[in-house]
Amino acid sequence: MAAKTSILDTVFKQLSSVRTGIILLIVLVVTAVAGTLIVQKPLARPGELERIYAPETLRVLNFFGLLDVFHSWWFTSLLALLALVIVLASIERFPIAWRYFAHPYRFPDEHFVRNLPLQASVRYRLLTTEEALARASEAFRRKGLKPLLTTKQKSTAIFAEKYRFSRLAAYIIHLSLLTIFAGAIVDALWGYRAFMALTPGETAAQAETMGGTAKISLPFAIRCDGTGQENYPDGTPRRWWSRLAVIEQGKEVLTKEIAVNDPLTYRGVRFFQASYGSTGEAKQLTLGVTPKKGGSEKSLVLVPGVAAPLDEPGSRATLAAFVPDFAIQGNQIVTASERPTNPFIELLVEEPKRSPVRVRLFPAQPAILPSNPSSFDFRYEGVEMVNYTGLQLAREPGQWVIWAGCILLTLGLAMAFYFIHMRFWALPVLDDRGRAALWLGGSASKNREDIEVRFRELVNEVRLALESALPAQGARTDAEPELASSRSTHR
Amino acid sequence: MSRTGTGASTISVEPGRARPYSLLVGVPLVVLVLLVMSLPRMMQSQVLWSEPNLLFLALLSYLGASAFYVGFVPLRGEILHRMALGATVIGLLFHTGAVVHRTYDAGRPPFSNMYEMLLSFAWGVVLVSIIFEKKYKMTFAGSVTLPIATLALILTQLLPSEIRPLMPALQSTWLHIHVTFAMFAYAACAVSFALALLYLVKDGVSTNTFLGGVSALVASIFAGVLTRFDEQGGILVPAWDALEKREIYLAAKTPLMVSIPGLGYLFAIVLAVSLVPLFLVLLARGKSAVLDAWAHRIFVMSTLLQIVAVAAFISRAKNGSYFSAQVGGFFSTRLSASPFLVAGMASALFASALLLLLLWRRGTIEGILPEPHKIDLLTYKTIAVAFPLLTIMIATGAYWANRTWGSYWSWDPKETWALVSWLVYAGYLHSRLVHGWRGRRSAYFAIIGFAVVIFTFFGVSYLLPGLHAYA
Repeated sequence: MAAKTSILDTVFKQLSSVRTGIILLIVLVVTAVAGTLIVQKPLARPGELERIYAPETLRVLNFFGLLDVFHSWWFTSLLALLALVIVLASIERFPIAWRYFAHPYRFPDEHFVRNLPLQASVRYRLLTTEEALARASEAFRRKGLKPLLTTKQKSTAIFAEKYRFSRLAAYIIHLSLLTIFAGAIVDALWGYRAFMALTPGETAAQAETMGGTAKISLPFAIRCDGTGQENYPDGTPRRWWSRLAVIEQGKEVLTKEIAVNDPLTYRGVRFFQASYGSTGEAKQLTLGVTPKKGGSEKSLVLVPGVAAPLDEPGSRATLAAFVPDFAIQGNQIVTASERPTNPFIELLVEEPKRSPVRVRLFPAQPAILPSNPSSFDFRYEGVEMVNYTGLQLAREPGQWVIWAGCILLTLGLAMAFYFIHMRFWALPVLDDRGRAALWLGGSASKNREDIEVRFRELVNEVRLALESALPAQGARTDAEPELASSRSTHR
Repeated sequence: MSRTGTGASTISVEPGRARPYSLLVGVPLVVLVLLVMSLPRMMQSQVLWSEPNLLFLALLSYLGASAFYVGFVPLRGEILHRMALGATVIGLLFHTGAVVHRTYDAGRPPFSNMYEMLLSFAWGVVLVSIIFEKKYKMTFAGSVTLPIATLALILTQLLPSEIRPLMPALQSTWLHIHVTFAMFAYAACAVSFALALLYLVKDGVSTNTFLGGVSALVASIFAGVLTRFDEQGGILVPAWDALEKREIYLAAKTPLMVSIPGLGYLFAIVLAVSLVPLFLVLLARGKSAVLDAWAHRIFVMSTLLQIVAVAAFISRAKNGSYFSAQVGGFFSTRLSASPFLVAGMASALFASALLLLLLWRRGTIEGILPEPHKIDLLTYKTIAVAFPLLTIMIATGAYWANRTWGSYWSWDPKETWALVSWLVYAGYLHSRLVHGWRGRRSAYFAIIGFAVVIFTFFGVSYLLPGLHAYA
């Protein structure tokens, strides 16, 4: 049993030591750096990994999880270990800090008085000890310190302190880091990131998770009522937007126009404008139509699947096929891109007393002149494409925990760096030659050089307060050597 | 340069009170000559107080201030320091004018591309340096921070400075908050780096250690440049579209590169020569005066070679047309296309110049600096400012990313490196506050911290791909 405890003790000591913490930090830094130098799977484009690394290298990297360092089990374990070390180190050191905080050391004992590095003694005459303490208390107050009097064995000491809370700063910082970890764990377990693409008018209640491994079913549906892009005068995109509606149990409950940096939030799920582009389908096509027998050209707007009447009674045209960026692959017509740069258009023209005919147009290819058996000439004017909006979905139930942790972290750092726990004491003593004097001491949690200045000011204030009891003529000559011979410079 | 050369082989340790007046007269004279020389160019522009003019005036003032500060360190003289501070403040006024001008013209804070980031970073460095100088009465930190600011402003002169509209993801107040904190955090890191270096000088780290360090730095910078080595002995630089004023891209993240012939061999020679002092120092280990003297001589040689290399690069890349093997044709290039190469080589030269100064006047530099423990404490105080700023920078960056992409942390290289710099400074603080580390070990920690910060700022954008590629 004893042996077991000692092993546990050793493990505990090792884990809570600063050395372990620093080694862990170094290991984390090295692995994180490796994760930025080696191309990572989630950030790589398709085929990029195979292009950069030889198959053998790829296998080795994959085996050690170096292709996705930040999601590997061992990186997660390192983070967990770091959290454990933070907890253990805090447990180990917290009691000391808590003692400073909860039980201020108000009455300096003999040993303390002898050994405190920052101290001075000020003589006083013509005053009782009580009067001297009262005047010193006043001096403390004038220096912005709140004096507390403690009496022990008929002797009374003054104690004052500032920024006691800064003793706990390190623990607030560590607690805030654990809070951030907790938020991240909540999100890893119950959050998700997903993607859905919608065209105007489309409604969806399902999204694909990042990486395409699973589907997310939403408890409501999202309908897209429109999407678009606005440009700067130089043609670069300025804004992408989508009008979204939330449909719950057949009813529209919320509508919002989202844009990059301005998502829609509903039931903890946020919808971000992530991408925007053409689907490759035509929304409406505009043609100029002239009858072959003569007459003026008229504009015709065609919507896929809807027959449009032509200028002759009983004649009508339907858009049978539209390929935005025409190309031939084998004997098939394919599209090289989703943008209407080289369109191919096929129309079905129906005229009275004739069988329907097909008319093909290649507006970007003036060399191709297909036959046109109909009694109309068609000229391509333009096309409006169906655009889709790419929505990124994020559910991060832990994010508010994380932001709270960040704020706590900032507060903790401010407490740690800009507030120093300062303590000052005053105690009536007899100096080396047996004369009545007030011993003054000061101590700080760090940055002793800055505290020295404050302490010296306090000593001066107390000296002035005690001197004012002396007859005016003797005051200066008497007090000066006293302070000089004090042990304030002794370390 | 010859004077420095002789000084290098016989290190003068006696704290000679050399003539500060030569500097007092010389520096304003040089700045004045530069100003007169550039007047025609400045008058050409329609508005005298335009942004480029203001920035140029700031650069000249900082150049003068750097000379005073660097001169102030080895020459001891209150008047020199006052001149240095005066020149800094005047420069900062011009610089502020340029930043305000830019902000007004663009209708947003200048944080969106490399030019604007350097403009803001240099402004932050100078401001933080002045504040620290006043607050902590350290009259010596400017001798490192002002040259850093000068270097940054020289680089802004080479970068494309067109105001470009913001892409949708960057139109966010949170982004501006994030970058503001980044700027001040990095500026405070720069000051802590300066102090850590000066601590090592004062603490008696041997000059040969510095020599070895600078040699290694120069060699690694030129090795980095040589990653662009072309099989025919040229150096690959991005082609530059002079009309659009931007790089030409063949595909996403694949810029069109042209090869400047012959430069590759020159840079390889610089790399080889700059490595020699490092080997000599390692070989001598302070026991052989002959080897030391040779190390110093060869270091001076390597500095001269660096000047040749930079001059050759600038003269050839400034405005030329070179062959591209990618598409088989000639394309033009400009210095603007290679900001990182220029920045790297300028930094190498800057470090070498500081080292020559150290070789020349180490004794007097030490004489001026305060007690080592005071510098150590000041280093800690600057990091105590930098660390919370770094923390807020990361948190606001995460918040912005969350508002834009729905993900507060995606482990992209810039994020990861920001975290790495945060961890390094966390290590510094823990080793100091809990483990009681002081002095040299802490100083080395602070230097590593700043190296990581600089890599995060420049190196990640240059070497590693990621979401931040546009910044």
